[in-house]
Amino acid sequence: MTAVATDQLIIFDDVSKFYGEILGVNRVNLQIAPGITSLVGPNGAGKSTVMNLMTGLLRPTRGKISLLGIPTDQPDRLFRKVGYCTQFDSFPRGLTGREFISAFLSVHGFDRKKAMEFSEVALDRVNLLDAADRKVAAYSKGMRQRVRLAQSIAHQPAVLILDEPLNGLDPMVRSETIALFRKLAAEGLHLIISSHILHEVDMMSDRVVLLNNGYVVAEGNVHGVRDEMEEHPVQILIRCDQPSKLAAYVFAQDHVVEARLHQDQGGLFVKTRDADQFYLLLNRAVADGEINIESVAPVDDDLSAVYQYLIGSKGGSA
Amino acid sequence: MASTTNQIAAGTANQTLPWTLWWRQIRAIFRLEIEKNFLSRRSILIYLIALLPVLLLAPLALFTPPSREWREFNQYSVIYSFIYNGLILRTVVFFGCAWIFMNLFRGEIVDRSLHYYFLSAVRREVLVVGKYFSGLVTSAILFTGTTVVAMLLLYFPHFYSESARYFFDGPGLGQLFTYAGITILGCIGYGAFFLVVGLFFRNPIIPSVLLYGWEWLNFLLPPLLKKVSVIHYLNSLIPVPVSEGPFAVIADPTPAWIAVPSLVIVTLIVLVMSAYRIRHMEIRYGSD
Repeated sequence: MTAVATDQLIIFDDVSKFYGEILGVNRVNLQIAPGITSLVGPNGAGKSTVMNLMTGLLRPTRGKISLLGIPTDQPDRLFRKVGYCTQFDSFPRGLTGREFISAFLSVHGFDRKKAMEFSEVALDRVNLLDAADRKVAAYSKGMRQRVRLAQSIAHQPAVLILDEPLNGLDPMVRSETIALFRKLAAEGLHLIISSHILHEVDMMSDRVVLLNNGYVVAEGNVHGVRDEMEEHPVQILIRCDQPSKLAAYVFAQDHVVEARLHQDQGGLFVKTRDADQFYLLLNRAVADGEINIESVAPVDDDLSAVYQYLIGSKGGSA
Repeated sequence: MASTTNQIAAGTANQTLPWTLWWRQIRAIFRLEIEKNFLSRRSILIYLIALLPVLLLAPLALFTPPSREWREFNQYSVIYSFIYNGLILRTVVFFGCAWIFMNLFRGEIVDRSLHYYFLSAVRREVLVVGKYFSGLVTSAILFTGTTVVAMLLLYFPHFYSESARYFFDGPGLGQLFTYAGITILGCIGYGAFFLVVGLFFRNPIIPSVLLYGWEWLNFLLPPLLKKVSVIHYLNSLIPVPVSEGPFAVIADPTPAWIAVPSLVIVTLIVLVMSAYRIRHMEIRYGSD
């Protein structure tokens, strides 16, 4: 990773949070660069705690946190640059979607005209303009989720923190929202997203932070994290015309620890401790013309596998 | 839009203290809160409290009680002073302020909506000021209205012409303004107290009941302890003093030039405490 200036990073410096004697998170050290970063972990892992610490809704028991060089106990500076869409599905009473967003833009310090203008833009981005003048209390769960998202992006922050932002959204809105996240990240935003829908996280994240029981278990690019897990050999599925012959061919290699025929007899699962060596071996087999290979695909080089190995369960699905 | 955000930040950086921005933010918070104070479901109780003296005095406007005091006009200032002290000040203003000011933060914690303020680019001290002003204006409008309507409702139905002279050619109007001023001072003092109670206590009822008892028993306290109360300073300002009974410990009333600044200074101290508390407050709705 290229060096990024401190004022471009979200930094957790040995941060712990205890609720009385109950552990929230312990000894968290993170340096998060721009792009999409996902916080992943089972319920109670500490994802929301990390996000609430990041935004000053919680104070660390120990350690220091700064976002783009701003300490989290200075909300007047912090929230010029940060937007946070929490998981709390509650709203100030009696407001329409438009009033809700413009009222809090006014609290930010925008004048009425600008507040109205920016509310319009934010509502448009989440496709909620049609329902903007209805009371938020009459919204469906998905609409409430979207209006909260609109409220968090309305002041165009540089860092956007989203706690389970896809909850309650139907599949179509879900994919639109993921596309919006990608667009925002492409505009140069920091996006910090927590989710338990692993394949969606995998699809959109530049890097992940895996949390379990209040500890950071792993962080970084998914493939990088996977590569470092030497105790779990990489699984590869090779679709070919002679899987038995291929099995005999690869099994002679030291780094191959397992070779197993696919149920349909049309492929071979291989577990290897050295994926690079294995791919070279495969290239040689193809070049020698001994085997015709249709496809080669890593089976456990994704977030689900990493999650399963590190946390021990399969994680969530949509 | 990012450039506009930067403009706000730049506008604040150019000054030693960004008073313009703070004033704009206080107005925004005030607008949001005042609407809630007057139009939410929670405000129904406030209206009932504010109407209580009016509802009690309305039947008396139709039927004059048989006792001698009610037939003598010059007794009405004493009767009103009695009603004001016992009902309006100690009940309406006290409980009304308790409900309005404790709900400014506690109500939002119950509704789980306080975090929207905490996630805005606003100093939490500014939030305290905005919310306090909204509570103050709400309580002042409602309870000053109660004070004025109750006084007019007492005087005019029974002695119309005497009352007209009393208010327009006599001391009546001055007394009316004094009572209204005391009501506003009551809202300032009790408001600050209940704001801080709502912030420091998960269950604010116990400290409120303790304060209520302290304020009611004020007439029994020695002179020095009397001064550790809001009601002592407010009573000192009442234009027609009433007897507090045979067991009352008599103490000299505090002069207005001491009573008013003292109340305002205590209020400012309490508001600073509130600001300190809110600055270090965490959002943990589950445990609140």
